[in-house]
Amino acid sequence: MTGQASVGVQADLGKNYFELFGLPVTFDVDVADLTARYRDLQRRFHPDRFASASEPERRLSLQLTAQVNAAFQTLKDPVVRARYLLGLQGVDTGEDTDTSMDTAFLMEQMELRESLAEAREAADRHVRLESLRQRVDEEFEARSAQLRTRFMENSEPARRQARNLVREMQFLQKIAHEIEELE
Amino acid sequence: MALLQISEPGQSTAPHEHRLAVGIDLGTTNSLVASVRSSIADTLPDEAGRHLLPSVVHYRRGADPLVGDAALDLAADDPLNTIASVKRLMGRGVEDVKRLGNLLPYEFSTGASAMPRIKTAAGDRSPVEVSAEILRALKHRAETTLGGELSGAVITVPAYFDDAQRQATKDAARLAGLNVLRLLNEPTAAAVAYGLDQSAEGVFAIYDLGGGTFDISILRLNRGVFEVLATAGDSALGGDDMDHAIADWMWQQAGLNEHADRKLQRRLLRDARAAKQALTDALTVPVQVLRPDGTVWQGDLARSTLVQLVDPLIERTLTPTRRALKDAGLKPKDIQEVVMVGGSTRMPRVQEKVENFFGRKPLTTIDPDKVVAIGAAIQADVLAGNKPDSDMLLLDVTPLSLGLEIMGGMVEKIIPRNSTIPTVRAQEFTTFKDGQTALLIHVLQGERELVSDCRSLARFELRGIPPMVAGAARIRVTFQVDADGLLSVAAREQGTGVEATVTVKPSYGLTDAEIENMLRDSIAHASDDNSVRNLREQQVDADRVLEAVQAALRADGEKYLDRDERAAIDAALAALHNARIGTDTTAIKQAVAAVDQATQAFAMRRMDASVRAALAGHRLDEFKS
Repeated sequence: MTGQASVGVQADLGKNYFELFGLPVTFDVDVADLTARYRDLQRRFHPDRFASASEPERRLSLQLTAQVNAAFQTLKDPVVRARYLLGLQGVDTGEDTDTSMDTAFLMEQMELRESLAEAREAADRHVRLESLRQRVDEEFEARSAQLRTRFMENSEPARRQARNLVREMQFLQKIAHEIEELE
Repeated sequence: MALLQISEPGQSTAPHEHRLAVGIDLGTTNSLVASVRSSIADTLPDEAGRHLLPSVVHYRRGADPLVGDAALDLAADDPLNTIASVKRLMGRGVEDVKRLGNLLPYEFSTGASAMPRIKTAAGDRSPVEVSAEILRALKHRAETTLGGELSGAVITVPAYFDDAQRQATKDAARLAGLNVLRLLNEPTAAAVAYGLDQSAEGVFAIYDLGGGTFDISILRLNRGVFEVLATAGDSALGGDDMDHAIADWMWQQAGLNEHADRKLQRRLLRDARAAKQALTDALTVPVQVLRPDGTVWQGDLARSTLVQLVDPLIERTLTPTRRALKDAGLKPKDIQEVVMVGGSTRMPRVQEKVENFFGRKPLTTIDPDKVVAIGAAIQADVLAGNKPDSDMLLLDVTPLSLGLEIMGGMVEKIIPRNSTIPTVRAQEFTTFKDGQTALLIHVLQGERELVSDCRSLARFELRGIPPMVAGAARIRVTFQVDADGLLSVAAREQGTGVEATVTVKPSYGLTDAEIENMLRDSIAHASDDNSVRNLREQQVDADRVLEAVQAALRADGEKYLDRDERAAIDAALAALHNARIGTDTTAIKQAVAAVDQATQAFAMRRMDASVRAALAGHRLDEFKS
């Protein structure tokens, strides 16, 4: 039966998620191109394509497409991609262990959250939520652009800054999600 | 085990040999089997011309069970031995069944097993065995109609089915002697039937209101690739519930308060269903209730009354519909087409409500009862290898999050809901006590944070961890979900390499040994010979391996193998060929395993090269035009 003992023994097909998609290991990823590559790989290597193939080929197809799915989920989102890329460069973003953040950023977050709480109760909540969402989006995009630059610098201080940016972007993603929930 | 047509020894196995494959819609109320014949997919009727096989099994003492209409005819007179809607019980534990209590008129045996067994005149029967009877009847119908042994079947399941329910369905197929090519989500099959895979792109909603289950799926289509963006549903809501609502109303109208006995309940339900169906065209229908004292109540059921009775149930379908849209990040207006599936969508009120919700008329041109089986048949044809040039690919997602128990009775999610499958995720855990040498891995499915609110799928132990201080061990737990949505879990201590692996078998499901026993029983029952059957299965498997490896060698043997490697594979193939001619089942099995072993590196190189070729194609594309 397929899959019984196959977990754990992973095919050594992709060295890392970028290479699996034939992409250079950089933060800059064209999501449309990534998606096209993803679909092509799935179309060619999905287990359905190997329904009558030999057992080793079926097992490989399962492992490969599972990896391709994981890689796609990682690379299509800028925050997850950045965290993965930092991981490849030996930097742990450490969300679970390290909760220290830049004080100014934290103040800003607290203020955003207060505005969100107020907007929730306000009569013109839709207008307020919309403008909050815009502000969060802008903050996010600004950091995304900075992140790109930091990754290009390829130095130890740049990586430290990138790490902070990723952590901040995660906060922003969370609040953007909460705004969406209310909208 | 693959069951392929066997060609005469010496004759070449032509790559385009047509294999008989079917699609099966194993429904709560009715089941169907369909196949592609002369490029047209359609459901297969029985000798009497009926396409729908009622999913009803009647058990008798000392005789074969009756399946379908013959069983349904006996439902009112012998309700305890006539099992209907068994799909509701697939993969469910005794506790779940208690919750469904009043909907099920059966008596359950109270054995030690956590799996419910229904008491019948022919002995206790599990839901898997009952489903296997239905599948066996469809297999027989297909083989009679198509004139040969089936090479495989695609069986559909509600998109919302959890791991236990999928596993139970696969077990039932195995028991019925079917080779499952793939478990396919019902809504995905419906989309295929409507040829939506031929459209350029778009987002579609599949609204499936069957007899016992409701599913809503949001599918996105792009260049022939289906992705299920989101699924939601209610595995205990459907036309049966409408019948119950109508039956209750009739019962009250007849001035009766006490509970109906089982026989009367079956009759009431049958009449309620008939009235509901008649109201698709009529505005009012006469109904009557035979009271226990022999008097008769007569009255009329108007469509407006029906609407009042069923509206709350139809409303209940819109809650998961909203949730699925939200999960997909879409609004009702973003949906390009709405496909209607399931007999209950024939109700004008259902179509009206759905049209109001999405703001567009739903697709209803294919018979909503047949649409799923037809889609499954189309995919079965592709998977059996009858369409080597087909570009069709169906990408599905996990319906529920999968995770494991951590400290404090909490669940740590490893694979989130709606992850595209196949998928693999790993996470590291550690020990919590000094000198801890074993770790209990408790696998759970569900969205809630507390273990007690999720469904327990399996428990297994990783033993032999060398004693270390708490937190020093690094235990990597890997979850893998295959294309059928079935989970395997592996745990490995990173420092020492101690490993443990399970293919998840729900605690209340059937063990492999139980299935083997049932298979033996059913084969003995069909006066077939077990060992002959095993040998034939093994020979068929050997043929499949020989064919696959020889095809691969012809294509790439020169490219990826040096002389020694080629010689090793050739030797393994020759050994298999010799074993195949003989009658030693074990020897064939071992020879197959040896070929698998010998071709591992070859398979890896071929796959690796194909990946590189696929990606190279991408770079070249940019310069083509």
